[in-house]
Parts: sequence; structure tokens; C-alpha cells
Amino acid sequence: MNALMFSIFNGSLYGLLLFMLSSGLTLIFSMMGVLNLAHSSLFMLGAYFAYSITKVVGFWPAIIFAPLGVGIFGALVERYGLRAVHKYGHVAELLFTFGLFYVIEELVQMVWGRAPVPYEIPESLDFILFTWMGLGYSAYRVFMVLASLGIMVALYWLISRTRVGLIIQGALTHPHMVAALGHNVPRVFMMTFGFGSALAAVAGVFGGNVLGTEPAMAAQLGPIIFVVIVIGGLGSLGGAVIASLAIGILTNLAISYDISFKTFFIALGVSPEAVGLGQDLIAMTSGSIAPILPYLMLVLMLIFRPRGLFGTRDA
Amino acid sequence: MIQLLIKNSIWILAGFIILLLPLVFSSGFAISLMGLMAIMVIFALAYNMLLGQGGMLSFGHAVYFGLAGYFTIHFINRMSEGAIGYFPVSLLPLFGAVVGLFFGVLIGFVSTRRAGTIFALISLGFVEMMTAMTFILITFFNGEEGIQADRWVGPEPLGITYGPGIQVYYLIGTWCLISMIAMYALTKTPFGRMSNAVRDNPERAQFVGYNTQRVRWMAFSLSSFFAGLAGALYALHFEHVGFEAAGLELSGEILLATYMGGIGHFLGPIVGAILFTFLKGVLSDFSSAWYLYLGAVFLLTILYAPTGIAGLILRHEPVWKTDFHLLGKMVFPYLSALISILLAAGGVIALIEMINHVADEYSEGSIINIYGIAADTTSFIPWLAFGILALIGIGLCRLTFPIVTRNWDDIMDTLKERMLQ
Repeated sequence: MNALMFSIFNGSLYGLLLFMLSSGLTLIFSMMGVLNLAHSSLFMLGAYFAYSITKVVGFWPAIIFAPLGVGIFGALVERYGLRAVHKYGHVAELLFTFGLFYVIEELVQMVWGRAPVPYEIPESLDFILFTWMGLGYSAYRVFMVLASLGIMVALYWLISRTRVGLIIQGALTHPHMVAALGHNVPRVFMMTFGFGSALAAVAGVFGGNVLGTEPAMAAQLGPIIFVVIVIGGLGSLGGAVIASLAIGILTNLAISYDISFKTFFIALGVSPEAVGLGQDLIAMTSGSIAPILPYLMLVLMLIFRPRGLFGTRDA
Repeated sequence: MIQLLIKNSIWILAGFIILLLPLVFSSGFAISLMGLMAIMVIFALAYNMLLGQGGMLSFGHAVYFGLAGYFTIHFINRMSEGAIGYFPVSLLPLFGAVVGLFFGVLIGFVSTRRAGTIFALISLGFVEMMTAMTFILITFFNGEEGIQADRWVGPEPLGITYGPGIQVYYLIGTWCLISMIAMYALTKTPFGRMSNAVRDNPERAQFVGYNTQRVRWMAFSLSSFFAGLAGALYALHFEHVGFEAAGLELSGEILLATYMGGIGHFLGPIVGAILFTFLKGVLSDFSSAWYLYLGAVFLLTILYAPTGIAGLILRHEPVWKTDFHLLGKMVFPYLSALISILLAAGGVIALIEMINHVADEYSEGSIINIYGIAADTTSFIPWLAFGILALIGIGLCRLTFPIVTRNWDDIMDTLKERMLQ
């Protein structure tokens, strides 16, 4: 029971990180029709920026400055890259972000090296906050959950209660109407792109020291956030919340309860005698397939409900 | 008869090139590299059936390439064990193609239900699953090590053993020519045209009475067929298939090669694959920042030359068909632009190499050899010199590119005037 609670806690933590990434991605996607394949690279940049800033001035300023830097970088990418490619269509835009993914990964390797960097949890939060049912919950992780929840609430408030949010909502569904009302839609796009990048960077600041800050982190997390926004439904923030948490908790449960078909057979009192491929399949543990669980969910979702959980329109 | 020869002269020429190349470049490395080029040409053309002709952007086409490779390797191993009957090695690519087709039909049924971005995401999902599978189903894929085989099996018709590399090269070359002709012919069929229609205007294609999903599925399956053929040749070429042959990296590389070659023309993927394989085989030994250059050139291609190399070359076609001499006007602008690009690239590359040298913890000493010049990264002189070189190059680019555009517009205007006369 306590192990279950613990993996649900860790899963929600991972899920909240995924949400911070996917919320920006899904906003950008539904507004501009561009799926930013380099979104996880911005997450990585956030972690690396935070590492460098932490070394100089400490962790707390990094929470502000790393997202700020990445947000400006993202806005520049939109202004001078994507906007120029826009006239060649969506495939070209998608390819542009794909190329950007390569370039950012290489640049990161050039600046910070190929090995992981020691981006550590801040000392002021590096203690066990409380012990519940025999398992200690780290203060930093609890802080992460609270901060992510705070950002989630703030995002909801921003989108649904402010004037800026109204314009964004309008530009999501009726970009031409918003432009006709006198708003500078390209600038709204640029700001949204920068804002989404900054959100990804926040996830990088919080997640970098838990998940590990290395050049491969973008490639590891990238595909999963795409799965999140497809499962949640493109353009739906609510769907992104549920899909992120579901994927986070599910993968964590699969890892902590390392079960395989063999377990079932033994529980049934049968001793399986298979060789070769069958043996591999029977011995396949849920922990080892945890990384592909999201993709299995993606395929199932696309077969049974192609528009995702809360999707209102087809892409 | 003569007419038929003239009509197909391009294929005959291609055949001769494939036949004669090993006489010119006869070293073992060159023959191996040319074999790989021919394999990548098939793969890139197959990929372009999706991206260029069908408008489907896939991030995971190496799955079909790799699976066919794995199956071929196992086939050869079973054959040499005597577990299954003899099947001519020369025809094994067909077996690989059927494997590719099988998985293309199977996976395509799910993934081609949607087009555009969702299709791209599904392909990404499948390639991730594939990579994970190679580490789970150890008996079949053998994880990181991959599977090996000896292609020298069975009887030896006409003394062909596929022991020496040159024999494998000619096998690959033959299949490359056959596949090129087949894929070109496919673009001219009603199916090829429908594929284009579904790419350009799916709604209208649907309205005319075609099932767009089925057209995409068919294009996907056929593309996987040829990808599988290439995969089987890859397995024969290296006598080894590992997880890298079915992963995201190769899928990305074939996308980059195809796009930079040019997706709008049949020639594009061929040029792209040859150039890409050559650069990768030769350049990646020189620089560890090879992927950075690759990504940067890719971004520049998308921004400034979305039609790719083939598109850049073929836009001159109407000019040389009407009046060859008009092209003389472009000689000076092109030369000056080329020199400025080379200067800019030279400066930027030198700077990147120097940064890389400083950042790399494994490099020894502060001296780095750039273009035969020993540069000391601790002194500021090389940084300044190459920085100035890069700036001059970029400045010249800004000067010369408008000249190219202006002269090109002039030529276009002249062409229009002559047409009106």
C-alpha cells in the first residue's frame, strides 16, 4: 500500500512535469498549427541554463532567469525562423523544428560537454520533509509538486480570466477574426511561443536535477510529450492535464511493480516452458516495457478515439 | 528500337555508371561506400514516395528497413544451418521487400488513418516501440550487439559467392537500378497520380470518389516494400544488423538526405542520398560536430532552398531548353556567391571546430589543425582571424545574393518576352 502511494506520488510529480511541457506545446500547436518538435530541447536548455545560473547565483534566481532566457530564445526562433518558413506550409515548419532539435542538441554538447552535468537539488531543500507509512518524502519533491500545481492554477487563471487569455483563446479558434479586431496576431503567436518555451524551461529547472541533466534528455522526453497532447486531444489543456498524470502514474507503477507474464503463470500454478522468442515474451517485465507504454496508449487511442480524450477537432 | 533506346537513355546511362564506377574508384573502402550509397538511394526514393509524392512526413521509416534486415539475416543463418531449404542469395532482397510490405500493410493500417502531423507522431511512436523491442526480444534482435550472418552460403552459380565486396556491389547496383525504374514507373501510374492528389487536396480527392485513407495506406505499403528491399541489401552488405538500422537516428538521416536532395523531383532523393552518404562516410571522421553542420545546413535548406538541390538545378531547365546562352549571365553572380559562401562557411566552421576543441575534454593540448594551419586556441589571433573571415564572408553574401536574384529575374523576364513574341 505504501509503495503504491509512493509511486502515485512520484508518478504525479512526473506527470506534472509532463504537463508543464505539454501545455505550452499544445497551446502553440492549436494556435499556429505547428507541432514544435524541438519543444523538449527547450526543456533541456532550461535545465542547462538553470545549472549554469545556479553555479553563479544559486537556485532561486535560476527559477526566474532560466525560463526568461529560454522564453526569449523561443520568441526569437519564432520571429526569425518559423515565421519565415510559414509560407512553405506545415511540413516545412515541422521539419524546421526537427532540424532545430539536432542543432540545439549539438550546441548543448559543445557548450556543456557530452557527459551529464552535476545539476544538484538545492541544499536548502535537500532533506526529508515527512515520513508517511515508512517512506520518506523529500522536501524538494514536495516543493516541485506544489510549485507545479501553482503554475497549473496560474495558467488556468491566465487563460480563462485575463484579457491576454481571452485574446489567446480567440486566436486559438478564430485567428482571422482576432486579426480583424485589430490585434497583432503574429505578435500574439510570438509571445505564445516564447511563453510556451518558458514553461518548458520551468519544467527543465525543476526536473533537471531529478531526472538528470544530459544532452540525451531532450530525445528521451520529446516523444512522450507528443503522446500526451495526442491522447489529451490537440489544443485541450484539460486533456493535457489528465493525459500527463495518467502517463506519469502508469509508467511509475509499471516500474515499481515489476511484473511479467511469468508472474501470472506462476500465480496460476503453471510453470511456463517456452524457448526462444516465447521465453522473451513471457519474461518481459512491466518495468522494461514502461518506456513504450505511452506509445501503446497512443496507438490504442488512435484506433478507438482518434481525436483524443478532449479533442474537439481533427488535426 | 532506336526510339526505345533513346527514350530510356537515362536508365541505360545510370546502368553504365553503376557498372563502371568500381573501375574508377577501385579501393575496398570506395566500393563499400558506393554500395551503401546505392542502398541509401533505394531507401531515400522509397521514403520520398511518402514525403514527396504522398505528403506524409514519417519520422520512423527505418522500422521497415531494419525489420527486413533482421529477417534477412535470420533467413541466411537458418539457411546455413540447413534448417530451411536453399533460396538464391541474389533474390534475398525480394524476401526483404516482402517483409517490409508485410509490416507496412500491418502498421500502415493504423498509422495512415490520419495524415499530416498526427501521422508524423504515430510514426515517431512506432519507431520508439521498435527500438524498445530490440532490447526486449533478445532472441530475435539481440539488443545492442545485433545479429551477424555469413552471406557466403549455398551453391555458387557462375562462381558468384558474394564473398568479395565487388560482387555484393554489383548485386546492390542491379537491385538499385531495378528499384529506381520501378519506383519511377510507379509515379506515372494512376496510383502515383492519386497519391499526389491526396497530398495536395485530400478533400477534393475524396469528393471525386477516392478513399484517401486507402490511397495513403497503399503508398505507405509500397514505400515499405522498397524500404524492406533496401534493408535486405543493407543486411547483405554489412552481414550484420543492429538496433541502429531500425532506429530514430537512421529515420532522421533518411529524412534529412531526402529533403536536402529535393522532394519535389524524382532526382532529388537520389542526389541527396549519394551526397549524404558520401559526406557522412568521409566527413564524420574529421569532425565530431558533424551533426551540428548537418542540422545547420538542413535549417538553411528549409529557409532558403525548400526545393532542395535538385530543385535548384532543375529551375534552370526552362532556360537551357530555350536559349543556353542566357545562362552565361549567371556565371559571374553564381561564382561570386559561391566564393562568399565558401568564405563564410570557412570562417564559421573554423570557429566551431575551435570551440569544439576547447569544449571537448578528450582533446589534447591547445593546438588544433584547421585547413592545414596549426591554430592555438589559447591565443586570440586565430579567433580574431577566423571571426573576421566569417564576417567578411557573411557580408559578401549579403552583397552577392541580390545580384543573383536580380540577374535571375532579368533572365526570367527575357524568357517571358520571347514567349510573348
